[in-house]
Amino acid sequence: MSQTFVLKRGLNIPLAGEAELRVSKTIVPGVVAVRPTDFKGFLPRLLVKEGDPVLCGSPVMADKKNADILLASPVSGTVKAIVRGEKRKLLAVLIEADDRQQCVDFGVRDASALDDGQVRQALLQSGLWPFLVQRPYGIVADPDIRPRDIFISTFNTAPLAPDSHLCFDGELKAAQAGLDALSKLTDGCIHLGLDARDTDAPFAGVHGARLHRFSGKHPAGNVGVQISHIDPIRKGDSVWTVSPAGLVAIGKLFTTGRYDVRRKVAVTGPMAIEPAYIDTLPGMPMTEIAGFCGNTPSEKLRVISGDALSGSSVGADGYLGFFDSQITLLCEGTDKELLGWIRPFRFNQFSTDRSYFSWLLPKKKYAMDTNLHGGPRAFLMNDGYYAKVLPMDIYPVYLAKACLAGEIEKMEKYGIYEVLPEDLATCEFVDPSKNDIQHMIEQGIELMLKEMA
Amino acid sequence: MNKIFEKGGKFYWLHSTIDAFESFLHVPGTVTRKGAHVRDAIDLKRLLILVVIAAAPAALFGMWNVGYQHGLAVGDLRLNILGNFWYGFLRVLPLYLVSYIVGLGIEFASSQIRGEEVSEGYLVSGFFIPLIVPVDIPLWMLAVAVAFAVIFGKEVFGGTGMNIVNPAILARAFLFFSYPNYMSGSECWIHFKSGEQLVDGFTGATPLSLEGASAQYGTGFWDLFIGTVPGSVGETSVIAILLGAVILLWTGIASWKIMAGGVLGALFVGGIGDLAGISQIPCFMQLLYGGFAFGIVFMATDPVTSAQTECGKWIYGFLIGALCIMVRLFNPGYAEGMMLAILLCNVFAPLIDHCVISVHLSRKSRKPKTA
Repeated sequence: MSQTFVLKRGLNIPLAGEAELRVSKTIVPGVVAVRPTDFKGFLPRLLVKEGDPVLCGSPVMADKKNADILLASPVSGTVKAIVRGEKRKLLAVLIEADDRQQCVDFGVRDASALDDGQVRQALLQSGLWPFLVQRPYGIVADPDIRPRDIFISTFNTAPLAPDSHLCFDGELKAAQAGLDALSKLTDGCIHLGLDARDTDAPFAGVHGARLHRFSGKHPAGNVGVQISHIDPIRKGDSVWTVSPAGLVAIGKLFTTGRYDVRRKVAVTGPMAIEPAYIDTLPGMPMTEIAGFCGNTPSEKLRVISGDALSGSSVGADGYLGFFDSQITLLCEGTDKELLGWIRPFRFNQFSTDRSYFSWLLPKKKYAMDTNLHGGPRAFLMNDGYYAKVLPMDIYPVYLAKACLAGEIEKMEKYGIYEVLPEDLATCEFVDPSKNDIQHMIEQGIELMLKEMA
Repeated sequence: MNKIFEKGGKFYWLHSTIDAFESFLHVPGTVTRKGAHVRDAIDLKRLLILVVIAAAPAALFGMWNVGYQHGLAVGDLRLNILGNFWYGFLRVLPLYLVSYIVGLGIEFASSQIRGEEVSEGYLVSGFFIPLIVPVDIPLWMLAVAVAFAVIFGKEVFGGTGMNIVNPAILARAFLFFSYPNYMSGSECWIHFKSGEQLVDGFTGATPLSLEGASAQYGTGFWDLFIGTVPGSVGETSVIAILLGAVILLWTGIASWKIMAGGVLGALFVGGIGDLAGISQIPCFMQLLYGGFAFGIVFMATDPVTSAQTECGKWIYGFLIGALCIMVRLFNPGYAEGMMLAILLCNVFAPLIDHCVISVHLSRKSRKPKTA
């Protein structure tokens, strides 16, 4: 039995460059990066040095606060370089892959027959533990607690998001094994958010989880939005979330005994040539997808690991993020548009506002660029203007202002526990004052982490 | 932008000004740095220019009406529509010049001091101020009022978006309390040249202070609805204001909840007045008199100073409507209550929101767990 939630508020951004539903190539990256910066709240301690041999699944870094939490290498090979930034901050460990691709064998086990300690041990040892994200704040899950519930959103509504059928059809067995394992870690439930419009959603056949169906525009597929409708996070609660790719990887650890994070990644965006899917590993260098970028000069191209709203700009020489199943290629919008704002019609620009005429062309896809389309101003429009693209029971502008002011009590009151920056991405998109709302929320979360520690 | 205007350059003190003109000419080539990589094409310039467009019918009608009322007053009805409009245009143009030169001057200077880009907020306030003052207001008074409103109504709080009360209303309130002789009574609403001979028995009082008494022009429904009566420049024509309301509501810049709440509040108090025999005017006529229509459509709906929450907007609108009619009916000193009602509710809007949010949050925390 499942419950259906119809979310009325939200916004689907009609970005051009949807990936064709085929895997155009399988990429075996020559070098992969393991980056501690992908994991919030993870303080890296190196376990390898340059020249060390590693196997697929060997630990590369551990968390300074909890030495059991490991990051593993997704390939076998040798450590090629250790990349540090300012103040010797560890940015990445680059691993050169060899041809043999040997894996650490963690042993095939029946997850449903294990107890919670064994499951926890297996996830920590294998380096798959960081797939578990703890809310509030979106940090790497704390192995010493038992979360209230575990939430998994099986679909993605972000602009040009990868298709869940193409990515996860045929992974039901692994997903089931993953659910069996995760169910040992919580006393509550595992909640699965499914796309209500998709009658045979990839994970609909699992058992041992509560299914909830969601229909609505972005961010209906965000796990944070789903949590707030299923059972909101209150002060003192801790819940964990896992991405569907993480669930499958966890399942495969038990069904195959291997650290296997290989996934299908959608290469999308208006600048992508013949956008399609690739089969690759997280940490893949973006140079591997140069074929999708064509001859665009690098200063005109923005390479985003993730979606166009919440992904991170990594540059043409960056790496695919650990959690990302999508790459978006956008044009840098450095061109000045003459009399742009005063023109009655701007048919090539998308706007949700009725003062433009995008509403006349509901089917049109727009080749958006990264132009800000205006100058930064103080918040002028009122809360309702933003709330209509946010299907959560919070006050987005009040929350953002509380974060700006750094007032902890108000942040708590307005719902900082319920959100991650990505949940307010649509608000940021529509903001005529061009505030960086996601950044404000992030600053608020940083402050909470510091003050509440 | 040229290097000399950048920080450290010779003309850095002109930075905000140059930037304002540059970004007026074209959408700057700034790209997103943090957060969402793509953004909506909407910006404040676009939103606020729409408010100006929405108020344009009221302004154009107001200019014509200045000429028309002058013609009525001196008994000279020879001018045609264009002639009346031109006459009024020449009278209103100085008000606009003063409003924009003084207001934008202060706005540019304070943006430069804060090191920010010039905000577009004053485009709208500056367009409204000449519409809510009598046409014969001395220009120096207007300049003082605009300076007061922009500095103490807006800049001291941090500029557009941070203000508590609507600067345009504040400018009018400043004039009203500082120079009452020029802001009320029967002299100020119609433009006269000195030495002009008036028609016998003429009064320049607005219908509101006459309450339908003997006037040489009609104060019937259609006169008020079309707006051929004396009054502040842009406030008289309800039909022109309604045109603006349609634009504002369609684009969603103004909240229909505030407008509807205001009309309900006015009808409520007006209705009580009718039933109790306090007022001789049918309550729906209250909506046509004075500055009610202009106030509720353009002033009360200012997104910065109005209530933010959806439920709060109903309360806020209702209070404005109710207070306005209450002042009209129960206060013999002031014929019009719209300005005071909006000012008061601007001040109370954060409190209304606070109450609405508190009630909402306490209800939310009591909600039983679903799972």
